[in-house]
Amino acid sequence: MTTMPNIELAKATVAEVADEAATKVVAREVNVYYADKHALHDVSIDIPEKAVTAFIGPSGCGKSTFLRCINRMNDTISICRVSGRIEIDGSDIYDRNLDPVQLRAKVGMVFQKPNPFPKSIYENVAYGPRIHGLTSSKADLDEVVTMSLKRAGLYEEVKDRLASPGTGLSGGQQQRLCIARAIAVNPEVILMDEPCSALDPIATAKIEELIDELRENYTIVIVTHSMQQAARVSQRTAFFHLGKLVEEGPTEQIFTAPQDKRTQDYITGRFG
Amino acid sequence: MTDHIVSSYDVELDTLRSKIAEMGGIAEKMLGDATIALVRRDAALAQAVIAVDERLDALQHDVEERAVLTIAKRQPMAVDLREIVSAIRVAGDIERVGDLAKNTAKRVVAISNEMQPQKIVGGVQHMSDLVQAQLKDVLDAYAQKDTARALDVWQRDDRIDALYTSIFRELLTYMMEDPRNISFCTHLLFLAKNIERIGDHTTNIAETIHYLVTGKPLAAERPKSDDSSFTTVPVSGRQ
Repeated sequence: MTTMPNIELAKATVAEVADEAATKVVAREVNVYYADKHALHDVSIDIPEKAVTAFIGPSGCGKSTFLRCINRMNDTISICRVSGRIEIDGSDIYDRNLDPVQLRAKVGMVFQKPNPFPKSIYENVAYGPRIHGLTSSKADLDEVVTMSLKRAGLYEEVKDRLASPGTGLSGGQQQRLCIARAIAVNPEVILMDEPCSALDPIATAKIEELIDELRENYTIVIVTHSMQQAARVSQRTAFFHLGKLVEEGPTEQIFTAPQDKRTQDYITGRFG
Repeated sequence: MTDHIVSSYDVELDTLRSKIAEMGGIAEKMLGDATIALVRRDAALAQAVIAVDERLDALQHDVEERAVLTIAKRQPMAVDLREIVSAIRVAGDIERVGDLAKNTAKRVVAISNEMQPQKIVGGVQHMSDLVQAQLKDVLDAYAQKDTARALDVWQRDDRIDALYTSIFRELLTYMMEDPRNISFCTHLLFLAKNIERIGDHTTNIAETIHYLVTGKPLAAERPKSDDSSFTTVPVSGRQ
């Protein structure tokens, strides 16, 4: 069943919708402007907990813009203005009293290009827990670093060279290091903005395998230009076009029998 | 539907459609000719039907290979994916139609020297006419992606099943009347069964068309009237 951004749902109080146990992130009528440019129009969506939701759509359709709203990354852009409501576990993330830094620890992000700090592998992962004061001793921190690297599927490959620079790893390893870094601060939501677009097919397969494992513990939202990737890794898919959320539903339905002609045209390669 | 950005993709899908259309044409002609051969006891025409089946098999193979290649190359989605999966299914059904028509023709060859009264084959001929109409309609519905027409074929198969049951009874009666009819009527019975099975394949194709167009399986239970599995004709003089 498709949940098009429908008016009835939008009218329901945010609290009511958030009450459903399976929903982690609730967005209602989110609009984003870059100065005068209206980049995102009335996006309303429920993102389920412990599942992978994929955002697809042509370049400039607003999918990354919306993704960046979920951890307030757009706050860093001075001309950017966000309206509407986004809640995580029922709390408004745009609340004035909320510290964006705390929010971003809860909502981690992995970018298109792996961007490890110019530090050792160990330090890359240890940085977050340290600044957030999540560990009390060196042994504790070691444990977090090891666990995070293990969860990111990288530990076996780097355990003998934790002191080597993170930038010396291959592209795929760097991306898994960034994922390890994101999960080290114990986030609940992980946002991934085209995490595999700079990787070869083998490295991509490893990341996809990892995403599949991570969804047991995390809510994952992934922006991808690869339709096949969205079909493989996600349980729900949302299609954005010209700043609007056109269609959202179970992934298998979006890719076998989409309801909206624009979705159909896009995923079958009829417009770009 | 709008064209793909990659035009060679459209060419590949068009080729699949035209190959299926060719297969459909061959299968229709096979069934038509096999029926004419039956009515006329024309062994030469029946042999021609048998010979052409090879072409149908080759085409099915070709459709499958092209479909697999397109999946590998294009990684089709949504309606394209359904189109390709449907092409594989429909090609399989048409190939089976060809096999059944071929078997019908073989039996025609076997009985071509038997000159039983023409009325005995009348029922089978009538059933074949109905099935030929079904086959034509369902192939047209496929070409035009016409679900309403496909659904009509799907529901109509009921009549063919009912006719088959009555032919079954009729042939049993002929056999009981005169044991010299047994060989002829047995062939005719198998032949009728073949044609009835062709009808079943047309309903498969109708279901595929529904899936192709809507993305959903045809959920309802198809009406069935083939009661021949439960049919006996009592022999007079026995309890």
